Amino acid sequence: MTEPTTRVSDRELSKYAATRRGIHERLAELDAGRAPEFNPRHTLRLRVEFVRQLKRRRTQITFGLLLVLPIIIAIAFKAGGGAGSQAPQLVGLANSGGFNFALFTEFASVGFLLVVVVALFCGDTVASEAGWSSLRYLLAQPVPRARLLKQKLIVAGTLCVAANVLLPVWAFVVGGTFFGWHPARSPIGGSFGSGPSVQRLGIIVIYVCLQLLVVASLAFLLSVSVDNPLGAVGGAVMLHVVSSILDQITALDPYRKFLPTHFSYAWVDTLSTPIRWDDMFRGTGVALVYAAVFFGYAWLRFDRKDITS
Amino acid sequence: MRPAALRERLRSTRARVIAALVVLVVVAGAIALAVASSSPNVKVSSRFLAGTPEDGRPVRLDTSLYLPETTPAPAVLLSHGFGGDKSSVAGEARTLAENGFVVLTYSARGFGRSGGDIHFVSPAYEVKDGSRLLDYLAGLPQVKKVDGRPQLATAGGSYGGGLSLMIAAYDHRVGAVAADITWNDLSHALFQNAGGSTPGPFKKLWAGNLFAAAFDRQQLVRAARAGRADPAATSCGRFAPSVCAAYQASAAAGAPTAAMSRLMAEASPASVIDRIKAPTLLTQGEQDSLFPLGEADATARGLAAHGTPVRVVWRTGGHDASGVGDGTVTSEAISWFHTVFAGGVKREQRFRFAEQAGVVSAATGDASEQVLQAGGYPGIAGTPRRTKTVTVEGPPQPIASPAGGSPSVITNIPGLGGISGRFDSALTLLPAAPGQTATFVSGRLDHELLIAGQPTVRLTITSRTARDAVLFVGLRDVSNDSSSTLPSQLIAPVRVTGLTPGVAKTVTVRLPGVVRKVLVNHRVALTVSASDFAYDGPSDPRQYLIALAGGGVVTVPTASGTTISGGSPIAWLIVGIIAMLVVGGGVGAVLVRRRLVLKPRPDLAEVPVAIESLVKEYAGGYRAVDDITFRVEPGQVVGLLGPNGAGKTTALRVLVGLITPTSGSVHVFGQPVVPGAPVLARVGAFIEGPGFLPHLTGRENLRLYWAATGRPAHDADFDTALDIAGLGASVDRRVRTYSHGMKQRLGIAQAMLGLPEVLVLDEPTNGLDPPQIAEMREVLQDYARTGRTVLVSSHLLAEVEQTCTHVVVMHKGRIVAAGPTVEIAGAGGVQLAVPDPVEAARVLAAAGILAEAVPARRALEDVFLELIGD
Repeated sequence: MTEPTTRVSDRELSKYAATRRGIHERLAELDAGRAPEFNPRHTLRLRVEFVRQLKRRRTQITFGLLLVLPIIIAIAFKAGGGAGSQAPQLVGLANSGGFNFALFTEFASVGFLLVVVVALFCGDTVASEAGWSSLRYLLAQPVPRARLLKQKLIVAGTLCVAANVLLPVWAFVVGGTFFGWHPARSPIGGSFGSGPSVQRLGIIVIYVCLQLLVVASLAFLLSVSVDNPLGAVGGAVMLHVVSSILDQITALDPYRKFLPTHFSYAWVDTLSTPIRWDDMFRGTGVALVYAAVFFGYAWLRFDRKDITS
Repeated sequence: MRPAALRERLRSTRARVIAALVVLVVVAGAIALAVASSSPNVKVSSRFLAGTPEDGRPVRLDTSLYLPETTPAPAVLLSHGFGGDKSSVAGEARTLAENGFVVLTYSARGFGRSGGDIHFVSPAYEVKDGSRLLDYLAGLPQVKKVDGRPQLATAGGSYGGGLSLMIAAYDHRVGAVAADITWNDLSHALFQNAGGSTPGPFKKLWAGNLFAAAFDRQQLVRAARAGRADPAATSCGRFAPSVCAAYQASAAAGAPTAAMSRLMAEASPASVIDRIKAPTLLTQGEQDSLFPLGEADATARGLAAHGTPVRVVWRTGGHDASGVGDGTVTSEAISWFHTVFAGGVKREQRFRFAEQAGVVSAATGDASEQVLQAGGYPGIAGTPRRTKTVTVEGPPQPIASPAGGSPSVITNIPGLGGISGRFDSALTLLPAAPGQTATFVSGRLDHELLIAGQPTVRLTITSRTARDAVLFVGLRDVSNDSSSTLPSQLIAPVRVTGLTPGVAKTVTVRLPGVVRKVLVNHRVALTVSASDFAYDGPSDPRQYLIALAGGGVVTVPTASGTTISGGSPIAWLIVGIIAMLVVGGGVGAVLVRRRLVLKPRPDLAEVPVAIESLVKEYAGGYRAVDDITFRVEPGQVVGLLGPNGAGKTTALRVLVGLITPTSGSVHVFGQPVVPGAPVLARVGAFIEGPGFLPHLTGRENLRLYWAATGRPAHDADFDTALDIAGLGASVDRRVRTYSHGMKQRLGIAQAMLGLPEVLVLDEPTNGLDPPQIAEMREVLQDYARTGRTVLVSSHLLAEVEQTCTHVVVMHKGRIVAAGPTVEIAGAGGVQLAVPDPVEAARVLAAAGILAEAVPARRALEDVFLELIGD
């Protein structure tokens, strides 16, 4: 390689350059690179991804909203004096104790609020990286594509589960503080002790998480496919809304059971004694099938996708 | 067509739109087909058929025939309820026909457009009409015949149910019966006595309603206006005179006359129970004060005692809640007929009953009913009767019934459907009937109690002045907050005869048949009233003393049922889990298989970058990169030159595994490059601009970026990278506050983290000012001097000329020139540098060589740097 005849090497760079001369000395005494110790299985550890996600404003605002909502509802019930006699019994019992308040909050939130929260966490995760242009740098590190999806899904899923658990538990605490710790009352007239109440609340939370797996998986698939996080979140919520609308049409009857939202409220079956598991099993089966298809497609698609973001 | 090529085809927008439209049309078509095919084609035709002549005059019956899609099929004769006509059962007829039955509906004589008078359920008239209709059905070719005998069934509700049973008793061609909410013994229904066998108080409100249903109001109004009023029609409607006279005499007396008793016996299945041999389905309503559950119970026991298979279903609805539960009735009838006509009906049949407020409805959050199924009907075919006992307590209490019978206790108003449960709260608005009710309450229950059937209790009754007592007994469910519910608003009328004033008599009372789950900590209350609004009681004032007998023990029949799960729900769960496993396994296998295809090249182990025959083609045949081949050796600074759209960025994206090439290969140090290949850890990249998380600081971004690689922190050499970036204190501000140039420098520094052996930079000087550009140039050259490799892409020719040792020129996806910079730039001649140009020119001129002093032109960059430098 011949010496370049530029003037640069003689110029006093310290006078003009933006960096200090020390760089060049350090680079000058560097030995040639050698192959680094690199294990693809150690890329993008969960701790790293958690730090990336938790510091985001939207995460903090979402959890803040979930904390504030039961307090607002409790104040509304206290001020308004309970639901009217026309209200369904699940609503009418809302201010009779902590557990019933948690049940009412869950009943009110499952249809839309939790759907939006889950779609937000899962739909935002890959698409926002694409939006910030940092996805290509992560992939070029290299983080294997399947591993990237897996780690992001684990973190997003953990946040979703945290939101799902936080809402009823916090509503239970708020309801207990406002309305007292009375034993749980079922709308069909029974009462449960505190042990069975906690057990039933646990079953409800697990079932709702499984149902929201459909929304999560679709949001994740859209997150992988589009570069705009809003498109991913909106698309998943839209699917949920369309499915709920179709569920109202009784003419579709033998096929309605296969809609993803048909069994969303089957968790009210935990309120009868003994607990009826039929519809919850069916709902879980349907949710698992949809989730499997969407997740599988997301992985397949991302594996060979041309990243242009 | 190969899948890859098909995918490429589908990338174009037009193809996508067409594909989406096709999918939409297919889905819409499938939905439409599903909805449409669920209602098969049913043909309906009407005709008049001859019935039994009345007084020698011929009588025509108005009928409709429903033919299913596939014939021959079994036939059903469907009768309507009292006061209706053939159009009342048109819906059920259509449903039966859609499920593969030939259905004949008809207006019974005296109703609708049929002729004749109403003889109620007379064997000489209505039952004979039924036989004639069966003759017609048997003659139809569309009716299925087995061994030459037609498969015929009868079905109907209330009046129609009674007709069905009676027709089956008199005509043995009937192979199956489905009778809904009908009676066993009409005298027991209209003059119900739960405390003895003599006729009880007259059920006046119900009977009056039924009687009025035989009047054709419009015809009467028309006749009255035309001045042709017929006295018989005005007082009797379309009833036959004998029936009308018997009824009116009994209603006036409040007790059945002999003629009425004979008529009621003739019309009751109880009198011909031994003649009904066809397997029978009895569906009875739980909210029915006209024909309560006890009627079906009596019919079922009678049939079972004579060996006829019978199935009992207790459903929600009934005469007090008309319209509720009709779907259940039709579907039960359909499955019953299918079972019977398929052959081999067992005597042991499952028993179904509905429990109100058994579950919380998922749709509304309210309590709703659930249907339970028990092994068999208690008392039939060997199924044991299960009972529990509850003890009520209370002192003997006096009650009085008022003179004239008013005010009376109101428990139910017949015909007002759907009020059950809320009725008690409405009752507070009505005037109370004081002093008319005795109440006996139990203690709090410590187990929940399911009442399924008719409880019994023993009472001691003392009458003060009269020789008989008319009482109305009910069993209430009292909850924790003292609100009490009368299940289904049913009470049992009792008439005790043969009393001596002042002498106590003990009777066993059968309380009304209900299905009710009494919860834990609730109490049970027995109420005995002296009057009831719906019944005809004595008009003289009465006084009774009511006490409990037998220790106040109420024997409650109970049943244990399980919910009917349609299909097996566990199967669904298993399908879901299998789907997860199959999809997971399948996808995993596909991904693994893709990895195995590519092989390393040991001969290229020392070559940092080797690109061979690389092609990247997009949809529509556009080639962004068209067969390029080049190598980069260690220590080189290679410039990738070309205009916009030449394919430089695409080639670099393929190099770092972001884009998959259509064909050709890329090897880095001998390892093939695929998305996620581990060898890419030796490559640092900066492609098309910086990418940072805006909510974190610059330092945190770099730290997290390095942490994401999983490599130890000391390998990163953060100090060098941050010094190269040269941001100073700004490195601790959030990235969203940076200018473009700052982000650019930080991005290049990020690419240099870990000092990778191959550095790939795409337009690194974009947005940098001249001092920074100069510095970057110097850094890159120092970097290459350590033996590392730098690959820079740019379309700034001057930059590339100054920085790079080798140049690759691309245009429209192809390489048009490649080689060392000096060769490409061309030897442009030699310059001779002299310290004193003027003197040298003079020397040359003296030597005879023509020379001219040309003022040297300084590069603008040098001038600029000198001007702004401090």
